[in-house]
Amino acid sequence: MKTNFTLNGKQVQVDTADDATLLWTLRDTLQMTGTKYGCGISLCGVCTVHLDGVAVRACMTPVSMVAGSAVTTIEGLSQKELHPLQQAWIDEQVPQCGYCQSGQIMQAAALLQTNPHPTREQIIANMNGILCRCGTYLRILKAVEKASK
Amino acid sequence: MNQQTPSKKSIISRRRFLGQATSFSFFVMAGSMLPKFLNAETIGESLPTQEITAWVQLSKDGKITIYNPAAEMGQGSMTALAVIIAEEMDADWSMVQIENAPVIPKIYGLQWSGKLGGPMITAGSRTIRGYYKNLRQAGAQARYVLLKNVADKWNVPLAELTTEPGQVLHQKSGQKISYGDIAVFAKTPEKVPEIADKDLKNEKDFRLIGHVIPRFDIPAKVDGSAKFGIDVQVPGMLYGVISRSPVNGSKPTLLNESDVRQAEGLVDIVTLDNGIGVICKTFEQALKAKSILQIKWSDGAKAAGYNSETAYEDYRLLAKDDAPKGKKEIETGDVAASFKSAAKKFDREYRNDYLYHAQMETLNAVVHVAADGKSAGAWAGTQSPDSDRHAIAQVLNIEDEKVTFHSCYLGGGFGRRHNEFSAEAAALSNKVKQPVKLIWTREDDVQYGMYRPTSLQRMQAAIDADGKLAGWQHFVVGPDARLQTGGVQMDYYEIPNQYVDLRIADNGVRTTYWRSVGHGANKFAMEAFIGEIAHDLKIDEYEFRRRMMQNRPRHLAILNKAKEMSGWENKLPEGRSKGMAFSDYGGTYTCGVVEISLNKQSGKIKVHKVWLALDAGVVVQPDNAIAQMEGGIIMGISSVLLESIRFKNGKVQQSNFGDYPILRMADAPESIEISLIPSPLPPTSMGEVSLPVMGGAIANAFLALTGKALRHMPFTTSKVLEVLKG
Repeated sequence: MKTNFTLNGKQVQVDTADDATLLWTLRDTLQMTGTKYGCGISLCGVCTVHLDGVAVRACMTPVSMVAGSAVTTIEGLSQKELHPLQQAWIDEQVPQCGYCQSGQIMQAAALLQTNPHPTREQIIANMNGILCRCGTYLRILKAVEKASK
Repeated sequence: MNQQTPSKKSIISRRRFLGQATSFSFFVMAGSMLPKFLNAETIGESLPTQEITAWVQLSKDGKITIYNPAAEMGQGSMTALAVIIAEEMDADWSMVQIENAPVIPKIYGLQWSGKLGGPMITAGSRTIRGYYKNLRQAGAQARYVLLKNVADKWNVPLAELTTEPGQVLHQKSGQKISYGDIAVFAKTPEKVPEIADKDLKNEKDFRLIGHVIPRFDIPAKVDGSAKFGIDVQVPGMLYGVISRSPVNGSKPTLLNESDVRQAEGLVDIVTLDNGIGVICKTFEQALKAKSILQIKWSDGAKAAGYNSETAYEDYRLLAKDDAPKGKKEIETGDVAASFKSAAKKFDREYRNDYLYHAQMETLNAVVHVAADGKSAGAWAGTQSPDSDRHAIAQVLNIEDEKVTFHSCYLGGGFGRRHNEFSAEAAALSNKVKQPVKLIWTREDDVQYGMYRPTSLQRMQAAIDADGKLAGWQHFVVGPDARLQTGGVQMDYYEIPNQYVDLRIADNGVRTTYWRSVGHGANKFAMEAFIGEIAHDLKIDEYEFRRRMMQNRPRHLAILNKAKEMSGWENKLPEGRSKGMAFSDYGGTYTCGVVEISLNKQSGKIKVHKVWLALDAGVVVQPDNAIAQMEGGIIMGISSVLLESIRFKNGKVQQSNFGDYPILRMADAPESIEISLIPSPLPPTSMGEVSLPVMGGAIANAFLALTGKALRHMPFTTSKVLEVLKG
């Protein structure tokens, strides 16, 4: 099955199985490994990417669904300069192992697009779907608050 | 953006150094730690064997590359170790780059009994404390070599030279020279002396140690460029998955091989002792092929009849006084006499379920076995690269050195990430002699886990006529002797008569190290028990501990700090309470306080605030240490409130984050406050020290709030409701 879509601003065409997921297509076919595998069933959120600006779990998104759409991954979040969230993540020294952080940042970035100044409660409600085993939650909160000031 | 790419750069070899005419390297002999300053032309003659390699490399442009011997799994030691060398070397930190060291345990192995050269293992919170002394020496010797070269060149006494970050200065003549410029003319001195401790930097002169240095690995972890094992791509790579024994020890027979051979993209099938592996062209094809496997599993495995819930009754029998005594861990004073003369006695029982590591990156490895089967390349994130390399070599029946091992970032370790995935990937690749990336699905990772073992703690205490805790008896019951007794000692309390033993109940299931190991279960039981005793005697739990610490000023200072920062005596709002716990781990002492509330309808405990005071000696990276405390606290709360692996007929009942929930952001505390108590003593453990206090502190807060004791971790809503009813 051939699928055309926009990935990080560039047109791409992939040839995959009909039921291929976006996650493994990004990682293995397109070699964009910043998007991670965590659970495969939308429970952990570490595979979060943007589909037409909306945060989705790539592990449960069929490639067929993204035809004609725009997909943004962590590799395409910023162009020349770091996204304010990425800078805040560095300033607050958020990541430990770092494995979940692409998903955390993409989830937060989608929130700030629709709600540039979220309350703490709104941030928590938005971010609650992304697991972090290293326990960086309080620093994530701080970084999102910093980037949204 | 820094250029951290361990997957590309992790292999340094003699040959590579030979090829670099523009740089010099400080070579450090294994054992003796003598740095040899060598240039590219003479390095081949001067290096007698391959077993000598570098900690530091200095280029003419002033760039300093420091090699990281430990696994970077989130704990930040990659940066902290380089800070130690850079500090003594007086390096300009902005010029420092860090690369993973090659797998040469004789050079890079952890300090074991005072010298480097132990295993290359990152475990037990040993990294900073294990490398600190030797890396200070290595850095100081590197600085000496630079000074010696300048002294010879300028014909001035070495003692007149000083350093500022990245340069050598001669105050008298006003001359100065950068490290990069020294590299241009530097020669190897005949002999490099051991730098005496008194000539190491005075800690008040530290520019890097104890200061906040941003972590080297973080920029690559916010833009997706950091390479974890699972991200490795090798040309021609195939994908493997394995269906493993549902009951540990059962062996597979594949019933439908011809059907599986028809699966799309299937390259080969591999029968292992513990499962059937399928190798396909894509990962999703491999998942499909795995899903159609029909496997008959052999009967008779030891774990087959095991039920973890009912096993607690067997453990109770083992914990009876008239049961045969177990393996003695501690015996001081006269315990029997203290119980005989006791004014009051306590006898309680605490339990904890199995725990799964839940590191966010599931286990994986890439192995490429050569066509002749006599060598291999391997890529993985592991806590023990030399033992992974050995495991691969064993599978292939070749020497360890024939395996070129590339260390990657680890998406969490927590004690789980070592050996078996590398050996499995080797077995798959060996079948097809092509590179194979083996990935464990989350379900594989949960169900074929190696868990923190379940245990039952029977605690007994004797209170004398003065109200003092005079006698202490602690029986630990559960599987796996290696993992059960960590933390049973408590040199921070004065309890004159103690007896502790271990009674093993082997159930045939898989267990291993899990962050804080035995301390998680034991400190919970010990500190919750102390809380219960204090509560029963109507003494504040802080005060009860204080009395046992009167002659222990270092420990008392930590207790008092936690009391002060948490506002222990302040009145709390209705429905809130505080609880406290004290712990040690690897030479570090911690005291934690939590503030909780309880939803009496749902049974849900919420931890609102946490305070933690600790004394860990010199803290190399304070902000990172705080991050480690925060992480351990959150993982601790998660394990105490939510996490449980249960076995029925030997089979794990959980499979993914739906039935094995871990703490989410909404349930994290609103604030965590950490106090690092200043200390001149050498660094002690960090990564595992905050987790063990959470069980006791939460149980004690619950006791203060409700008058009821929680004695079985995790404190799930259903268990809490049961305790409230009872």
